[in-house]
Amino acid sequence: MAVGRMSTPLARVRGLGPAHSGTDHFWHQRLTAVANVPLIIAFVFILIALLRRNHAAVVQILGSPLVAVILLLCIISVTAHMRIGMQVIIEDYVQDQRAKLVLLMANTFFVVAVALASVFALLMLSFKV
Amino acid sequence: MTDVKTPVERPLSPHLFIYKPMLTMLMSIAHRITGTALYFGTLLIAWWLLAAASGPNTYAAMGSFINSIFGRLILFGYTWALLHHMLGGIRHLIWDTGRGFGPYEREWLAIATLVGSISLTIIIWVVGYLFVGGPR
Repeated sequence: MAVGRMSTPLARVRGLGPAHSGTDHFWHQRLTAVANVPLIIAFVFILIALLRRNHAAVVQILGSPLVAVILLLCIISVTAHMRIGMQVIIEDYVQDQRAKLVLLMANTFFVVAVALASVFALLMLSFKV
Repeated sequence: MTDVKTPVERPLSPHLFIYKPMLTMLMSIAHRITGTALYFGTLLIAWWLLAAASGPNTYAAMGSFINSIFGRLILFGYTWALLHHMLGGIRHLIWDTGRGFGPYEREWLAIATLVGSISLTIIIWVVGYLFVGGPR
């Protein structure tokens, strides 16, 4: 929120800065980072618990309410986090405007596809009896 | 939007590589690299969940890939990247509170992140193999 002497009073009140989105990305990156810590730890434990189990057991565990909810939260938080992170990397390193635009779109497509595929699979496992 | 003028050749500021590599700087780069690796690694997670939802045969096919040397190597690297990025992220959250910027603290935090991520990776894999018997 770099609001200096050169900005208008309205801009100062809005506090959004030159990117017009304020500190939203910064905040969401931190929010999802904090959420990711317990969720990823739980994810690792779930993964270890699933080692050496056959398909039927894996389906049963992944589809159980508590595990499914933890994994769904994990996917939502992780994909939101990685979309912002990759956007920052693209904005930092890609100078060409056209390439940047294409990559930013591809970033969103990739993240939404991964999120939707994972959520869909988990819901399928939960509702398949 | 006619022809774009050829840009004037101005001197560029020397970038990262004129500096002596420091641990904090390498850790910053590692944070981005591990983040990128985890980003593409989510394909593996999505594949795994879809395979489980698809049925025993698809799940077994994925299992045989993960069980190959190549698959295990990817999984091992993924474990380290995940833990390193997580601990590096916690370091960033500490910095967000305004703490840990002193010359001693930031060095200590960098070493702790590295030692922590490597040892936790080894612990998880030892536990995975000794107590559970590894992937299958």
